Amino acid sequence: MVRKSSITSMFAGSPVKPLQQHMDKVCECADQLPLFFRASVEKDYSSCKRLHKSISGMEAAADAIKIDLRTHLPNSLFMPMPREQILDIVRLQDKIANISQDISGIMTGRKTEIPEAVVELFIAFVQRAVDAAHQAQSAINELDELVETGFRGRQVDVVQNMIAKLEEIEKETDKQERKLRHAMFKIEKGYDPLDMMFLYRMIDWIGKLADVAHQVGGRIQLLMAR
Amino acid sequence: MESILVQHATLFIALAAIFGLFMAWGIGANDVANAMGTSIGSGALTFKQAVMIAAVFELAGAILAGGEVTKTIRKGIIDVSSLGDTPELLVYGMLASLLAAGIWLLIATRQGWPVSTTHSIVGAIVGFGAVGIGIDAVHWGKVGTIAASWVTSPVLAGAISFFLFRSIQKLIINTENPVASAKKYVPYYIFVVGFIIAMVTMVKGLKHVGVKLPLDQSALVAVGIGVIIMVIGSIMIKRIKFDPEADRDFHFASMEKIFGVLMIFTAMAIAFAHGSNDVANAIGPVAAIVGIVQSAGEIAAKSATPLWILIIGGGGIVFGLVTYGHKVIATVGTGITELTPSRGFAATLGAAVTIVFASGTGLPISTTHTLVGGVLGVGLARGIGALNGDVIRTIFMSWIVTLPAGAGLSILFFFVLKGLFS
Repeated sequence: MVRKSSITSMFAGSPVKPLQQHMDKVCECADQLPLFFRASVEKDYSSCKRLHKSISGMEAAADAIKIDLRTHLPNSLFMPMPREQILDIVRLQDKIANISQDISGIMTGRKTEIPEAVVELFIAFVQRAVDAAHQAQSAINELDELVETGFRGRQVDVVQNMIAKLEEIEKETDKQERKLRHAMFKIEKGYDPLDMMFLYRMIDWIGKLADVAHQVGGRIQLLMAR
Repeated sequence: MESILVQHATLFIALAAIFGLFMAWGIGANDVANAMGTSIGSGALTFKQAVMIAAVFELAGAILAGGEVTKTIRKGIIDVSSLGDTPELLVYGMLASLLAAGIWLLIATRQGWPVSTTHSIVGAIVGFGAVGIGIDAVHWGKVGTIAASWVTSPVLAGAISFFLFRSIQKLIINTENPVASAKKYVPYYIFVVGFIIAMVTMVKGLKHVGVKLPLDQSALVAVGIGVIIMVIGSIMIKRIKFDPEADRDFHFASMEKIFGVLMIFTAMAIAFAHGSNDVANAIGPVAAIVGIVQSAGEIAAKSATPLWILIIGGGGIVFGLVTYGHKVIATVGTGITELTPSRGFAATLGAAVTIVFASGTGLPISTTHTLVGGVLGVGLARGIGALNGDVIRTIFMSWIVTLPAGAGLSILFFFVLKGLFS
């Protein structure tokens, strides 16, 4: 049998590619959410069910990538990115998929209806939260370029700008969330309290989605600051 | 006593040549793959190109610059004057060392342990010297220097690679237009590769081939070689076809293509360096045996290493490469994604320079360990996605295991041979 040369064995698999693949899958999950909300506004429950199923499928695919990354992440001294931070980023990315799945799951199960008066605000809010996830994805996509430049120079500025943009988006979602809650407060007395409770919870989670995306950006900043 | 040497002269020389060839074969079969690993891994060379470059430059390195280390292995470790009227002991010992190191390498490779040829042979020679001849027969000072160089060579390679990588970061990678910067600066790096290798070879290596130029002339020739290589490299860079599609996916794809040209020259340098240092592991003992037997027992420490022995060593390495080594090289596969040509260049040149200098000063060092040092140097500059820290542990293991194993086996063979002939 022919043995591998020992030089080649010192190159462990870089976590960058799987991290990016994971983020891509996770964002596909989030991408279904605006579609899902539109379907649920139109009371198209079969579409809702279908979309929830596809979210679950993508979430499972993302999970597989996550587990693979965790098991193969080298326990190494020489990584430009500390192991803990990589694991932390995966954990956060994973949350994006989980939140998407939870939202679509609960709403499908309860056949949640969205009151006419807040539909527009709701859809805009969801869309912006998903935008935040995409902005985080763009930043993650620059990780291989960051490694190539050794986390120095112009490339760092490029990514810093991306993260600044991500921060902006997250702030916008905060504003949208306040507006939406206010609008809900005005009409909530006219609806079933339990349904309202759950709608509030959905708003929480959508806000959380944007928040988690924002945190991914924060972790990338930490990587660059080292 | 001399009668044994005269009586069996042909047999001793034949055995030495066979064992030496076996050892050289082993170096070509296993070690060359390590030397070429970063070059193929970075995707700068195809498998065929790598084998061809290795064949030509290993041979060239062995013959042109392999003399100093051969001298060290041959008479630097054992104090020949202590042999007195039993010169045949050195013949037995050197034969035993070759056999011990060769067999140990065979076992280790079978088991997949990354061991160093250099450590095996040095361990073997020290072993038979200390036990078979006597503690005082070993030049402990020289052995200490060699052992120290095993620590300093990876560190030095790491430092050179680190600064090389930082320099290309500054001059090329982190500029507004990395491709333009690469086109501008890469030819100079190519010049540096050619100049350093040529210079060290001219100053330190060539006297064994009978060429000795004064320093200023050597420098002039080295500059000339550097310029010629630089011109060839520039033409190659001009002829690169860029793929804008690849740049969209990974913004540095075109820049890395330019580094690919540089990597070809660096691969030549490391093959040359490896040939110049490791050939001695095979032919140092052969040269010692031939020296004693031909002078019929008078251990004349004067004569230089005969050219034909260097050729046996270089040829044996190429033979090992062609018959088996190419299979090991093939395991490197299509490429290591973590290792782009810019990193491969920095790591490999740092190692090549260190090894060639060691060859020039006659220090036998491990190519693999030095190259690992170079790769770690680039890793410290945050240049590589992920490195397996375990490799460092295996290096320490190979130090701890290989030296006593080589020594033990050579002591065993020494007494067997001594028993057989007397």
